[in-house]
Amino acid sequence: MFYREAGDFSTSYAEDSQTFPIKFDRYRYYLVLFLAIFVVPFMVNDYWVNSLFLPFLIYAIAAIGLNILVGYCGQVSLGTGGFMAVGAYACYKLMTSFPDVSMLIHVLIAGVITAAVGVLFGLPSLRIKGFYLAVATLAAQFFLVWLFNRVPWFYNYSASGQISAPERTFLGFNITGANTQAWATYLFCLMFVIFSAYVARNLTRGSVGRKWMAIRDMDIAAEIIGVNPLRAKLTAFAVSSFFIGISGALFFSIYLGAVEVGEVFGIQKSFLVLFMIIIGGLGSIFGSFAGAAFLVLLPVALKIVGVDWLGWPTDIVAHLQLVIVGGLIIVFLIAEPHGLAQLWRVAKEKLRLWPFPH
Amino acid sequence: MKDQADGYVTADGRQIGPVVMEMKNITLRFGGVEAIKNISFDIRQGEIRAIIGPNGAGKSSMLNVISGFYVPQEGEVWYKGARRPAMKPFQVAQQGIARTFQNIALFEGMSVLDNVMTGRLTHMETSMFWQSIWKGKAEREETENREVAEKIIDFLEIQAIRKTPVSRLSYGLKKRVELARALAAEPSILLLDEPMAGMNVEEKEDMSRFILDVNDEFGTTIALIEHDMGVVMDLSDRVVVMDYGKKIGDGTPHEVRNNQDVIDAYLGIAHD
Amino acid sequence: MPEQLAFTIEVFLNGLMAGVLYALVALGFVLIYKASGIFNYAQGVMALFAALTLAGIVDGQVPFSHLINAIFGTDVHHFGWNVPAFVAILLTMVVMIGLAYAVQRLVFRHLVGQEPIILFMATIGLAYFLEGVGDLMWGSDIKSIDVGLPQGLNMWIDETTFNALGYGFFIDNLDIVASIIAALLVVGLVLFAQYTKQGRAMRAVADDHQAALSVGVSLNFIWILVWSLAGFVALVAGIMWGTKSGVQFSLSLIALKALPVLMLGGFTSIPGAIVGGLIIGVGEKLFEFLIGAPFLGGATENWFAYMLALIFLVFRPQGLFGEKIIERV
Repeated sequence: MFYREAGDFSTSYAEDSQTFPIKFDRYRYYLVLFLAIFVVPFMVNDYWVNSLFLPFLIYAIAAIGLNILVGYCGQVSLGTGGFMAVGAYACYKLMTSFPDVSMLIHVLIAGVITAAVGVLFGLPSLRIKGFYLAVATLAAQFFLVWLFNRVPWFYNYSASGQISAPERTFLGFNITGANTQAWATYLFCLMFVIFSAYVARNLTRGSVGRKWMAIRDMDIAAEIIGVNPLRAKLTAFAVSSFFIGISGALFFSIYLGAVEVGEVFGIQKSFLVLFMIIIGGLGSIFGSFAGAAFLVLLPVALKIVGVDWLGWPTDIVAHLQLVIVGGLIIVFLIAEPHGLAQLWRVAKEKLRLWPFPH
Repeated sequence: MKDQADGYVTADGRQIGPVVMEMKNITLRFGGVEAIKNISFDIRQGEIRAIIGPNGAGKSSMLNVISGFYVPQEGEVWYKGARRPAMKPFQVAQQGIARTFQNIALFEGMSVLDNVMTGRLTHMETSMFWQSIWKGKAEREETENREVAEKIIDFLEIQAIRKTPVSRLSYGLKKRVELARALAAEPSILLLDEPMAGMNVEEKEDMSRFILDVNDEFGTTIALIEHDMGVVMDLSDRVVVMDYGKKIGDGTPHEVRNNQDVIDAYLGIAHD
Repeated sequence: MPEQLAFTIEVFLNGLMAGVLYALVALGFVLIYKASGIFNYAQGVMALFAALTLAGIVDGQVPFSHLINAIFGTDVHHFGWNVPAFVAILLTMVVMIGLAYAVQRLVFRHLVGQEPIILFMATIGLAYFLEGVGDLMWGSDIKSIDVGLPQGLNMWIDETTFNALGYGFFIDNLDIVASIIAALLVVGLVLFAQYTKQGRAMRAVADDHQAALSVGVSLNFIWILVWSLAGFVALVAGIMWGTKSGVQFSLSLIALKALPVLMLGGFTSIPGAIVGGLIIGVGEKLFEFLIGAPFLGGATENWFAYMLALIFLVFRPQGLFGEKIIERV
């Protein structure tokens, strides 16, 4: 089967603006969805889920969130770690205060709370622009981490200062705590990933998304054609923080189980998610997935090659990883500012003409 | 041609309606510099109104006052029979005033279609909740507005580049896309900031044709700034002439052409 | 003299000293930003890198020895000599100039004309890269630097104030030396920018790239020059912080302290960097002493500077001394 759009006509504007206008793409998308829901859960073991699938899925949500703010609305944020912490601690407080309420609700409310905090720290974006804003978001990062570290109410006065997730079930299956089943945690996170991608895609293709992109490309012109800049920016902060909050909640409750805020949600986390969207592609939902997959796989791959095959000490491999990630960021910014997603698009464009490129 | 309270008929037989916008004694200062000095004029329904003048005369400032980007220190703006309170540029746009820019201000990261669709933003009001679901309300609204946008795209003959990223277009095409974006808003008043600047003769002719067609087809009221005298005289119904922030002439192209002050401003005499 | 007041004054003075160092790092930022529009997040890592290199050269370490050993199975670590501090500083400066050249050549020459925010993100990538290279080159164990700067309590101040006021102020010699060096450096840079040919060219580039290019200033040269200067400032900052608390990863975090200084002082202003540094140095120490530690559970230094800068910026987006931002269509 050739990858073609010939013979694939859109007969209405609705059809033309769908997510995968080319039939082949659409079928592949359904196939991936089918595999992810019905095949993967029955094939994976604990190792695969905990070292690859969970981090990938959860980071993908965070990357989608940050991409909405940075890639679509053009407001660079270095506060991702802090906002993930808000999601995590909100989820923890909810889990311990209302043990009988479904985890689904907890995670969503954690997202909503993070959205509110995001809007609060997004307020200065009306006055502050560019990297002034990027630096200002560091205020959120440091302040929030300090807050969760120093105010005992947030960690329920536990002696260690850590928070750890109590056992909770979803539809009768353990998804947090000590006795979880890999496939159940996987499916629980996958559900949120599909939800996030769906909502993000819909928002970015409609009028809200155009407002964000207008602000990103030229904020003054956007205002003059009728976009309320404060509202556009704050909605971007809200939606972005909502997803980041969800990912923080999942990161804590499902993936790690126990969290020390400074270690897990420090500024390194902010950079990691930012790198994901730079490498994956700014302003692309697919790019968020690609970037998350890449940066989750890279350390694992490096460890296998460096430590297991070549027998190098772990610290050298860790340093090498810094060099590679830093180098890749620069290479992508120079050669392909739209990241892996753009490489993918170019490949598809070539494929569309193959085998007769002229 | 006869001026009446509720309009007039132009030389080519078009009926011009009542006043939609009136500037009363506008004065705009930047620090100590007076960019606009006590200027008054009006814009009538359906006419093509030009503001001309040499470089630095204050034309662009005037346009920025109309579109709400600058707030004048003195004077009043009357719009559709009511005094316009101080408002933000986006509120002015929502009232139905659209504009283009002298140094093209398109959204470079978006396709032509998306740029034109941004012109429809003031007409789209589905809440974010419904948009996130898409099916139903949001999709319907998108389709309806897409139809309007496509009509404008057809009209300006840019169908072929619909899905092209704006950053790949030539200067002339960008100007046309910008006009499309402004038109998509279906504005009551369309402001054009030097629509011919930097164009070659052919492109200028195209643009003139589009401006006349827009006025003719949609009955859009147009206010434009231009310093190419020839083009302005052919296009516009009435002309305001500015020099050094002052209004030195106002009337039909014919009247303005024979105005001694205007001739002096353009040919240059010693100012004392 | 009441004890509380004396404590407060001592905290104030220590804050002032810390502020001088913040200002020094911030100065490195301002230099690069003014001349190239690049907001160099890697400044802190450059200080770390410089300090690591200096310590490594003094010790006679073999660069990349860990990596070499891992690849070839060898066991080399040291050349077996020690380099005098002064020579090592010069050699480190050569390395920093080489770095400036490489950065300009390999990275920013390919990013000319990009949006500032893209350049900013590139410098974050650079920071990671440089940190990794520094660790690979010299190992990541904590090192100490001793280039002969005086350290420890200044007895003279302690005794004099004790005799005069009944309370001996505790001020570290190193802080005093650091302040003097930083002040000299600032004066030197201002004189350089004001009175030398290269300095004038630098300011011309800062004002308008195109215009500078058209009168024959080599942009490439100027950019390498400012990156070298920033490298020099990083080296000085690295020596001071390295002497004070050892060369380790946390040294690179001083960049994070310099960022709010810049927001406060304005990215383009040298006096702004100095005043901003002092305000933040004093402000965070006093806040921690008077409010943070007694009422908020301490460690407020982590965020105080950012919050201050954030609130300040909302009211004055261009900073204390920055140029007013005029928006046009």
